[in-house]
Amino acid sequence: MSMINYASREINCKLVYYGPGLGGKTTNLEHVYRKVAPSTRGKLISLATETERTLFFDFLPVDLGTIRGFKTRFHLYTVPGQVYYNASRKLILKGVDGVVFVADSQIDRMEANQESMQNLYDNMAEYGYDLTKMPFVIQYNKRDLPTAAPIAELQQLLNPGWEVAEADRQRLSPDPYHAGEYLTSQLATGEWIERATHFEAVAVTGDGVFDTLKAISKLVLKTLS
Amino acid sequence: MVIGATSWSLTPGDEDALRRGMERLLQECSAHSALLVDRGGQLLVQAGERPSFDPTTFATLTAADFSANDQLARLLGASDFSSLFHQGERESMLLSDVAQRAILVVLFDARTTLGLVRLRLRPAVEELSGIVAAMTARDAVRGASRPAILAGAEDEIDRLFQ
Repeated sequence: MSMINYASREINCKLVYYGPGLGGKTTNLEHVYRKVAPSTRGKLISLATETERTLFFDFLPVDLGTIRGFKTRFHLYTVPGQVYYNASRKLILKGVDGVVFVADSQIDRMEANQESMQNLYDNMAEYGYDLTKMPFVIQYNKRDLPTAAPIAELQQLLNPGWEVAEADRQRLSPDPYHAGEYLTSQLATGEWIERATHFEAVAVTGDGVFDTLKAISKLVLKTLS
Repeated sequence: MVIGATSWSLTPGDEDALRRGMERLLQECSAHSALLVDRGGQLLVQAGERPSFDPTTFATLTAADFSANDQLARLLGASDFSSLFHQGERESMLLSDVAQRAILVVLFDARTTLGLVRLRLRPAVEELSGIVAAMTARDAVRGASRPAILAGAEDEIDRLFQ
């Protein structure tokens, strides 16, 4: 739910990092916190258990710059990934403007990834939000691990695409982040599908963290243009 | 692209009207500051003494607190808790729902009493609810035709991320 304050000339947007437990959502925020200038970010708030597992959420406000005289401020949230924290997870999605799904690339986490993706769709639907019509990107994290599944396999399982029914949108749309790939394309069966943009990351070293944040922020701002 | 959630737009007129209502409340009950926060965690208006804490963080935690208590109320069979009170050694806060879209937080200390703050809060919440409901109705009427604030700013947006 973007909030446009004409009095203070600010645009506030809410981004939520979603995904299975121990997938790297908090690590994404910690990297952003460490790397952006202190003058452009607020405090990193973590409501976590004594073992540093996210209990409710992590929160980090970041200023990304000024457009048309409006200061653009993004509120970054993570959700608790563990299955039994669904009530908290759902609360954090309220008023979301853009979602980053942080998937764990390890083969043995595939079931957890799929379960979390389904849970995301379900929770969004309960609010009446349509994820396929909102800014949404997928980050495949932990690409440095030897047990990481190939990207093609992850894409097939977690980002197979949703049907594009509107005739005016049934045209090839190149993926700006992956040369030679398309976000909207036609299957051999003739059906048109659209996929979310994806990024590879190693959040502990920061690889891919800002690429993901920039992409989702840009998609959110473009909904206002 | 259609965005899933509804959006707020706060005009200088809205802000003035909300702030006036909040300042009147503070005067009537001798509380020192008030914040109006949207249910998604964004700070809308702050009135009274400038708080020493970061209001952005405060707004986020307030919305989370209120939402969590809403769910607790449902588990107990109530539709919601329309107000919450947190008592500290020196500082206390009273939170109240405003038109199901926002939360009014009143911060007070020993210069006043919970009873007086509660008494004055009710008419103030009614007034603020009226303003918020009017803002909601206005945004709903504008709906899809709301002027895109960043229309034509694609290049500027791209440059922001270079």
